[in-house]
Amino acid sequence: MNINSQIGVSTPRKESWDKVTGRVKYNGDIIPTGTLHGKILTSVYSHAEILSINTSKAEISSGVQGVVTSAQIPILTGPLIEDRPPLAKDKVRYFGEPIAIVVANTEEEAERAVRLIEVNYKPLPVINSINDAIKPDASLVHDSLGTYTCDADDIFPKAHTNIVDEINIRKGDMDIGFSESDIIFESTFKLPQSDHIAMETRNVKAEILPSGKVVIYTSTQAPSSVQKDLSKAFSIPESDIAVKVPLVGGGFGGKSNTFLEYLAFIASKAVNGKMVKISNTREQDIMSAPSKIEVEATLKIGATKDGMIKALRSRYYVNCGAYSDSGPRMARAIASECSGPYNIENIYCDSLAVYTNHPYVTAYRGFGHLSLTFCIERMLDKLAKKLDIDPLELRIRNGISPKDLSPTQAKIKPSNIGNLSKCIDRLKELIHWDEGSIVKMANGNIRAKGVSCFWKTSSSPIDASSAVILTLTSSGEINLNCSVVEIGPGTKTALAQILAEKMGMDVNKIHVKLEVDTETAPIHWKTVASMSVFMAGNAIINAAEDLMTQIRHIGSKVLDCSPADLDISNQRVYLKDNPNIFIDFKDIVHGYKDPLGFAFGKQIIGHGTYFMKDLTIMNKETGMGYVGVSWSVGAQAVEIEYDPLEFSYRLINAATVIDAGKVINPKSARSVIMGGMSMGLGLSTREEFIFDDDGMIENSSLRTYKVMRFGEQPEYIVDFIETPQGDGPFGARGMGEHGILGMPAAFANAISSATEEEFDYIPITPESIWKVKTGGKYDTF
Amino acid sequence: MIKFSGKTVLNLNINGENLDVVVKPSDTLLYTLRNELGLTGAKPGCENGDCGSCTVLIDDWPIKSCLMLTVEAKDKKITTIEGLKNAPIQKAFVENFAFQCGYCTSGFLMVCNSLALHKPKANNHTIQEWLQSNICRCTGYEEIQSAIKSIINNEI
Repeated sequence: MNINSQIGVSTPRKESWDKVTGRVKYNGDIIPTGTLHGKILTSVYSHAEILSINTSKAEISSGVQGVVTSAQIPILTGPLIEDRPPLAKDKVRYFGEPIAIVVANTEEEAERAVRLIEVNYKPLPVINSINDAIKPDASLVHDSLGTYTCDADDIFPKAHTNIVDEINIRKGDMDIGFSESDIIFESTFKLPQSDHIAMETRNVKAEILPSGKVVIYTSTQAPSSVQKDLSKAFSIPESDIAVKVPLVGGGFGGKSNTFLEYLAFIASKAVNGKMVKISNTREQDIMSAPSKIEVEATLKIGATKDGMIKALRSRYYVNCGAYSDSGPRMARAIASECSGPYNIENIYCDSLAVYTNHPYVTAYRGFGHLSLTFCIERMLDKLAKKLDIDPLELRIRNGISPKDLSPTQAKIKPSNIGNLSKCIDRLKELIHWDEGSIVKMANGNIRAKGVSCFWKTSSSPIDASSAVILTLTSSGEINLNCSVVEIGPGTKTALAQILAEKMGMDVNKIHVKLEVDTETAPIHWKTVASMSVFMAGNAIINAAEDLMTQIRHIGSKVLDCSPADLDISNQRVYLKDNPNIFIDFKDIVHGYKDPLGFAFGKQIIGHGTYFMKDLTIMNKETGMGYVGVSWSVGAQAVEIEYDPLEFSYRLINAATVIDAGKVINPKSARSVIMGGMSMGLGLSTREEFIFDDDGMIENSSLRTYKVMRFGEQPEYIVDFIETPQGDGPFGARGMGEHGILGMPAAFANAISSATEEEFDYIPITPESIWKVKTGGKYDTF
Repeated sequence: MIKFSGKTVLNLNINGENLDVVVKPSDTLLYTLRNELGLTGAKPGCENGDCGSCTVLIDDWPIKSCLMLTVEAKDKKITTIEGLKNAPIQKAFVENFAFQCGYCTSGFLMVCNSLALHKPKANNHTIQEWLQSNICRCTGYEEIQSAIKSIINNEI
């Protein structure tokens, strides 16, 4: 009766053929006739007072149905601190900030009218860097910081400064740590602000029905949050807001906050609730919508001559841009995981989230972890070099293992962390580490390997939850409904595989509702933090058990036995002792009709839930607390070929070995890891916002903002270790974001060793190498 | 030179069918396909010719439909992803997991299909030259490379 395992199998994603035929509908593909179009006027200053806004010409422009400014919506929004007006009020705080919306019959008419709005600005001093923000006499991005409503207990904005939050870690004793050290050194690091660049730009449609129901059609990773945020901002009961999300064209964290949804709602309200569509241009998606944090950090490390790290003192500055959004939470994640996957007894860390006049930030793949990984992993390579210890050996010696304490003094247990040393051992084999990490070639070029380890936890709210509903078709197949958004990694297919495995049935008989509708699907926190398979997967296992209990119950009546005598697989319930005596799902799951004409039973519906367990908020003084349910660990490497005459390089190989707990779908998993690596190599080699002196982004199109292109990729080497996560579905733990985490560090380590210089920033371009090597002496500027 | 002013009914050859469509001189082919004909397989990604998500074939050659005016497509053979029926590259994309979110996929498929048609023995350099026109943000490109190589007789 048993069928082959449905996990550990590369089932093609459920929507594969709909995607390769262009039939899949993303939000922007559905434009009902009569939809009005909203266009946004954005700020041309990064910091300025708004003296006046004159919309009179726009209002009488042809086709215009309505114009909205902050005057009509005096509200503030934000997931932690309510500091952001959906449309700039009194002043603008970043270049690209939305100021007004025009709603017109056509996109063209809306665009034409937007240009007729006259705004009078009075420029203010621009906070154009972290350094500007923390100067004692810095001008303030938010005069009212300190009076804003905070929606979290554990956030501590400092009034009359640009500091949104400060998180402190105090573990052990720094004096002892440094006194036990034979070597102590310090370095400073910098990772610039950059963008998610999901291929589908953010876009929303909103309408308000005569009944009062608000319907939001959006490209989001967080349908439940959109519902909650709109409810709070506009005092509408959550139950009166429906959020509908089809497949999403990439997110990477960038679609996890509520942004355009506020504007589309306001726009619809301005035209009597008619449906209004707002769609970002690529330029707006880069400049106006939230982006990735900038980080600057100073780390001081103390170690014995054997390379045992005794002390880590670090100070991080996280640039949140003009509004806080989830920036402080990334500063918190950096602090809580600041050691990397290493056991360090004495750690002090201060992590400060600051405002500047740059675009505001939101979650980005890795949620701060790639920044801390870059800093700590560069430090480890420097330490290895200073002590003449093999860099991977140094990492093994310091590697964190069960019984150790994390920086927040959470207990590491065999069941909640992967096996780092196994990952390193496998990486060594795959990249032929023993053949040498640096080789001079006959043509004068240098081949260098750089390595990095990483760890990541969920950094989620302590009450994150998930749930699923299972219904059955008349042929006894299962419909799976949950609020996880399919943003690309094949999550919903992996969830179907988990259900199929648990039910002992063919995954093709599981039908996953790909679109999310908050009116019919139960709440799932957000499709973020690489936690969807973990959370929804656990809910599914729970739901499958519920379903099977009910099926066994009715099965026992039909087969005249005890439920305990029955087993389930292949969509039938049968006697354990004699599988030839069975009854098919299709005959019982909607009630049973026996041959004599009696009917009993009922329609069977399964449900299951998951609730984050045992998490706590961090202690204000020491940072003590449990911030995630598990740590995924891994080891990565990048091999480059450096040309010392041209100061240029090529990417040769890039490797990742991650302890995934259990790989549900190997090909999907490999692709998701490679995608993360590709993004990480983009950050390493080219991606950054370039600001002019006035805080304006100079590279706001895909012609000037460079990403990895086809053919530039190295050979990818990806492998998995499977140390089961105690409470993960079939042992699986998060891995969606992780490919990105160590890439910048491994790359910078490779470049540093090839060039015999220290590169403590990204991106590292041939030009930056040339400047370091020559002092930029032929630079004509 | 053809001249157009105001709204005009144009007959276009799309996916083997002749279709009448109302266009303004300023309409891009991408706009007409999506908004007038409901052929939403071609996607806006940058509307600046940088990302390739909107790629269609014009007389079998890949063209970014955001950079072409609809009126320029008159008397040409237009093929969109909706016109690709069981092309080997579609199966190759599925088998090689050559997409995740799928938003760039139509564009990549059109470029790959045209490449297979025009250069059935394309070498790595040619493949790279052709596929650099498009951006995928989800995969590592290796998956797309495996897919195109699986349908191209890579001998040269």
